[in-house]
Amino acid sequence: MEYFLQQLINGITLGSIYGLIAIGYTMVYGIIGMINFAHGDIFMVGAFIALIVITALGLTVSTGLGLMFLALILVLVCAMIIASAYGWTVERLAYRPLRGSFRLAPLITAIGISIVLQNYIQIAQGARVKPLQPIFSGGYELMKKGDFVVQISNIQITIITVTVVLMAVFSLLIAKTSLGRAQRACEQDRKMASLLGINVDRTISMTFVMGAALAAVAGLMFLLYYGVIDFFIGFVAGVKAFTAAVLGGIGSLPGAMLGGLVIGLIETFWSAYFSVEYKDVAAFAMLAIVLIFLPQGLLGKPEVEKV
Amino acid sequence: MSATQQGAGEASGGLDVATLAKDLVVTAFLAAAIFGTTIAFKTETAAGGLSLETHFGTAAAIIAAVVIGRLILWLTLWRRPAGQSVSLVPEGLKAGFRAKTDAYGKFFGPTMLIFAVVFPFLPTTDRYLLDLGILILTYVMLGWGLNIVVGLAGLLDLGYVAFYAIGAYSYALLAQYFGLSFWICLPLAGILAAFWGIILGFPVLRLRGDYLAIVTLAFGEIIRVVLLNWYQFTGGPDGLSGIPRPTFFGLAFKRGEGNFADFFGLDYSSIHRIIFLYFLILILALVTNFVTNRLRRLPIGRAWEALREDEIACRSLGLNTTMVKLSAFAIGAMFAGFAGSFFATRQGFISPESFTFIESALILAIVVLGGMGSQVGVVIASICMIGGFEIFREAEQFRMLIFGLAMVVIMVWRPRGLISTREPSIFIKSKKGVSADMVAQGEGH
Repeated sequence: MEYFLQQLINGITLGSIYGLIAIGYTMVYGIIGMINFAHGDIFMVGAFIALIVITALGLTVSTGLGLMFLALILVLVCAMIIASAYGWTVERLAYRPLRGSFRLAPLITAIGISIVLQNYIQIAQGARVKPLQPIFSGGYELMKKGDFVVQISNIQITIITVTVVLMAVFSLLIAKTSLGRAQRACEQDRKMASLLGINVDRTISMTFVMGAALAAVAGLMFLLYYGVIDFFIGFVAGVKAFTAAVLGGIGSLPGAMLGGLVIGLIETFWSAYFSVEYKDVAAFAMLAIVLIFLPQGLLGKPEVEKV
Repeated sequence: MSATQQGAGEASGGLDVATLAKDLVVTAFLAAAIFGTTIAFKTETAAGGLSLETHFGTAAAIIAAVVIGRLILWLTLWRRPAGQSVSLVPEGLKAGFRAKTDAYGKFFGPTMLIFAVVFPFLPTTDRYLLDLGILILTYVMLGWGLNIVVGLAGLLDLGYVAFYAIGAYSYALLAQYFGLSFWICLPLAGILAAFWGIILGFPVLRLRGDYLAIVTLAFGEIIRVVLLNWYQFTGGPDGLSGIPRPTFFGLAFKRGEGNFADFFGLDYSSIHRIIFLYFLILILALVTNFVTNRLRRLPIGRAWEALREDEIACRSLGLNTTMVKLSAFAIGAMFAGFAGSFFATRQGFISPESFTFIESALILAIVVLGGMGSQVGVVIASICMIGGFEIFREAEQFRMLIFGLAMVVIMVWRPRGLISTREPSIFIKSKKGVSADMVAQGEGH
């Protein structure tokens, strides 16, 4: 029971990270119907930018709480802005020229961009893994039985809180602002939206920017949680987050979050009770099973096939 | 940084200095955000944590290069009035070139073939070039195999390398456990790969294009992870070594009595085996091409292409779309299996390292960049990609970066691939190419 509870907490933390990445996939897929293959690598870039800013600020465990709070907000904002610049540029260079072209073309450029980003970071930042000394410590004991202590660390609390807050903010953004309205309009019918005076290109760009910003947040969380990053983390995390997006129902924001949580929990419990080596297999097999039996996902609308 | 359409549109009435300045400032900011962070500050592992190493000079140079590059583009290419072709090549020259390629296009294939046959005997061909030739031919074969799945049937497969891995491991394991020879294992590897293609394909083939792509990617990864972790059986990350070399009808390529060189009364040379491998893969690739071309004319091949164009129409006409897709998937997988067992016998050593996603991406890139469904396009793309890879061997670090950039640039430049016309599988009066814009490609409904 205690072990289960501990794994549940770990799973939710991991699921929050996947959920944040999955939102980028789900929004882009919803609006232009393509798998943004490079999204996982934007997440990786975000983690690296966070690492650079943290190192530049010289944050350590001994930094005071108030200062640490401000510094982390600064790191978050920097990572979001710079990752957004990446996301915007990628869309502009690799996807926009191919809009209206056949469907495979942007997928190929996306794979190309993914390779470029990975190798660019490998060259610019070095191929070795980057360990970050823990800058957070401590936590709370929730339960204790014998030697086994169920605890939730401060990092986990931060990750879950930030995710919840960002989810709320982005849901409001989509539901209330004119940008969100434009995005939903483009999602339903791009041609009609443009006839009604919506700048479709700009809306799509903004979707990429939002996705990239959330991916950067996920990058920072990943960095704080695991303490180790390298240039290759984006690939597996990206595929899992895509699985989460599909599982939740592609195009649905709450679905992405829910899918992220489910994938995070499956992965954590699988590693805890079965084998760590095959945790990726579990996530990938999950993807296949979901697509076969529930192609519209948990919260998605079934798709109507038109001639 | 680049906005071709916008550029061409705005610059129609000459160059507006204010717009240009604004554009360049935005470019500079973006470049600063992108390169000013990741290049200017390099994290280095130091005692007691990380330290930052600064490279402001490099970052500034790159940012300046981006801004100047964009300025040059503004002043040259994007300056043309809207509606005018952006191409620098005169229209007359292009038309003439097109007429020439139309006239001599049909000789291209046979010429390449003759060249491929005499290539090992050319005086300039050394061991290195021969190895490169084998590598290119392996990718040609894989490209042709994947072309059946992606180009003809329009199913996007991102995990093709899984079948290549199955072929390679089938041969290696059968040889290791049962001592079977290459010539028995070659068909077995193909059959096993096709079998796995059916097993993996059956549940997922009713998915639409993009979903199919991501599921095949997942399968590719699953197979690689299993190969990596099933230590007792596959050797895990250590791989399998000591895979037996192929023999020429039982004659081994070794020194001594009763072997190849001795039997034909030649002086022993290690190059014999390489030449043999070269012809082996050439024949395997040609078989792939031949089978594909014949299949295209059979009802099943026509069903593939019909499926690519419109799945709903196919279903209405009573085609069993699952069987049609499955056959394409299985045949594609079979050729990957053949290529895999060739790879195993050539290397003598295999490990899961050789079957990463990047290989799948490379093969898919060859098919798409060559122009999907075009057999000649695959050859040209393989030569460009693999040859290009070799040219940049010096720049070890930058090789993959350049490869990725090339993928993006070629795709943006020619979204339909290098060879974008198609030969219809049946024609009424005369043979005529169809522009690729007329056909659906890999939409994978």
